[in-house]
Amino acid sequence: MADFARLVTEQIPRLRRYARALVGTQRADDLVQDCLERAWSRRGLWDGQGELRAWLFTILHNLYANSVRRQAGAPAFEPLPEEDLPALAPSRHEAALELRDLERALACLSPEQREVLLLVGLEQLDYAEVATVLNIPPGTVMSRLARAREALRRALREPPRARLRRVK
Amino acid sequence: MSAEPPVNEVELHAWVDGRLEPARHAAVEAYLEANPSERQRLTDYRAIDAELHRLFDPALNEPVPASLKLPPARRWTPRAWLARAAVAAGFMLFGGALGWFANEQLRQPLVADRAFVRQALAAHVVYVPEVRHPVEVDAGQQQHLVAWLSKRLGATVQAPALEALSFQLLGGRLLPADGKPAAQFMYQDAGGRRLTLYVRRGLDGNRETAFRFAEQDGIGAFYWVDGELAYALAGDLERPALDQVAHAVYQQLNP
Repeated sequence: MADFARLVTEQIPRLRRYARALVGTQRADDLVQDCLERAWSRRGLWDGQGELRAWLFTILHNLYANSVRRQAGAPAFEPLPEEDLPALAPSRHEAALELRDLERALACLSPEQREVLLLVGLEQLDYAEVATVLNIPPGTVMSRLARAREALRRALREPPRARLRRVK
Repeated sequence: MSAEPPVNEVELHAWVDGRLEPARHAAVEAYLEANPSERQRLTDYRAIDAELHRLFDPALNEPVPASLKLPPARRWTPRAWLARAAVAAGFMLFGGALGWFANEQLRQPLVADRAFVRQALAAHVVYVPEVRHPVEVDAGQQQHLVAWLSKRLGATVQAPALEALSFQLLGGRLLPADGKPAAQFMYQDAGGRRLTLYVRRGLDGNRETAFRFAEQDGIGAFYWVDGELAYALAGDLERPALDQVAHAVYQQLNP
């Protein structure tokens, strides 16, 4: 079990990154803590062989989906406080504005689209893993991914402040 | 002219994600060549992913708060706590004894060295699987990378050239280690195998150690202390191969 604790601990930074993108900085660590508690209480169910990361993301997804159902209608995303923006050396201000745009655009996606987009684009799970984690057919993964990407692209290109092209 | 599009939307996303089957690369490239607006669209998708990383990757480098340690704090019972305390006390006694012997006579790894190599292995495991953003600053900006990491560590660090052993520098990143900065350089060979060189300031003053080897879950690491810096070279390589790279690194840093 010491092994289990260590392997899970190695994944905590990634769980935090995902949770932060999914629900915002304020609520991210609560979500991760719930996820760790559930993982710990179910550690007997992990076979010791499978991909632990996908197993943890599945748990986190279920908790998130429950919370979305519970508070349907409530905004599931909070903007980051200013100090959480990463320090960027060149043209920091402009870059920060672009990041704000991305956050806003992310917030406009449905929770389902946001999850697929983040698992693929940020967490780099392969499509089959995403289907397993979210418990949806592979075709649904691809259609949600396509819709989410196109929605973000439009949101970032069309408003006057969006300057995606400068980012390269 | 009005033939079916040669590729489908799923394949275009696979192209964006670097997951396209090699057999389809030529077809997708031809399609994008013929459809510049489609290439622009996919480039935009990639830019979105890059922005996501820029926005959220800092979470990877932050120290994990105590509330997120395992086993979960909320589940601690007094009994379990006592058991853990006993284990911890035993470990500290053992570690203290080990450290004493090491200093006094045996040249065994210091406890601090073991913590160091664990950090290096953990950092290796976290960042090596990253497909497209394994590093914060890529090798294209090597001078900037080395200058930046040297400044943050407060010591001159170098990214050794390992081309002769067929490993190319991918880049590096800054990591926290017990509240102090550490640097990680990542290398990759043609087969996609990756090595990391983890560097931080000396653990307990200036000294030198021999190469030591540690292994965890099939990932081996050679580590050593050289003056004010401690190094760990980690990778999923056979031990002799890793040993060879470690010696090459050492020789470059001590010409």
